[in-house]
Amino acid sequence: MPKKPPLQGLEAYEGVSVFYSVRQMERFRGKNVLIAGGGDSALDWTVNLQPLTQSMALVHRRDDFRAAPDTVNKMRALVESGGMALHIAQLKELKGSDGKLEAVSVKGPDGDYDIPCDILLAFFGLTMKLGPVAEFGINLDKNLIPVDTEKFETDVPGIFAIGDINSYPGKLKLILSGFHEAALMSQQAFRYVYPERRLRFQYTTSSSDLQEKLGVS
Amino acid sequence: MKIFVTDRDGKEHEIAGIDGWQIMELIRDEGLPIKAECGGSCACATCHVYVDAAWVDKLEEKGEEETDMLDLAFDVETNSRLSCQLTMRPALDGLKVTLAPE
Repeated sequence: MPKKPPLQGLEAYEGVSVFYSVRQMERFRGKNVLIAGGGDSALDWTVNLQPLTQSMALVHRRDDFRAAPDTVNKMRALVESGGMALHIAQLKELKGSDGKLEAVSVKGPDGDYDIPCDILLAFFGLTMKLGPVAEFGINLDKNLIPVDTEKFETDVPGIFAIGDINSYPGKLKLILSGFHEAALMSQQAFRYVYPERRLRFQYTTSSSDLQEKLGVS
Repeated sequence: MKIFVTDRDGKEHEIAGIDGWQIMELIRDEGLPIKAECGGSCACATCHVYVDAAWVDKLEEKGEEETDMLDLAFDVETNSRLSCQLTMRPALDGLKVTLAPE
């Protein structure tokens, strides 16, 4: 899930004025857009949405960007030509009412000030959250999904959980363990998908069947 | 060796320091709420701490990766560090840090 900035009242603005991704560029046509972040998502969308918007501004905590240098140069050229604004600051407060954003208050090196805008696009990377999975009706434990260690199945038959998202006694967050979990889980999944078939256990080292499927025969 | 960690409720915890461990690992092992999602590889910024002013200059320099990754944190200050990039050693005996807000 996208990492959300810790701003008071954020939820009321989400989906109306505050977004963490761009699904349709048209949505931002003629708007006053503020983009927050310094990576590829922030810079790509700054450069790509700029021609559509009424006004475009980028806010980032430092005057250095980890995004692709070419995109950073394009952004700087837009700033140079007056096509957009660049603010070196951090997000502080949302200002508006009923989900309609009017300005974002930011904290810059010389103090706080407001940037007027209708839209805030925030790109601060991802964080581990269950998202819609939390509504699947599965038993959860501290944001992790308990599974058995034979089939890696949740308490809902047919729903499996493998990798960092699951928990069981002795769990280690290792890629190695994740693959092991996947292998065992697949055995049970096969039985659900093909209840009438017998599962034939084979090795890629010796099975010409598998080698053909993998294109290494 | 020990370090002092202030949690998000303002409570200070004294934690035993183990030579060579990441400060993040010491905090996590104590059971304090530090996410450290990436497991200490400087890839997520969820082990963000504020370092007590007296200790800022005694730490290893911030690398470019750490500075880049701090872009994914919020409320970044000049004393912000990712605690997975700080290694416990005798010179840091008594280090004081505060967990950054989530």
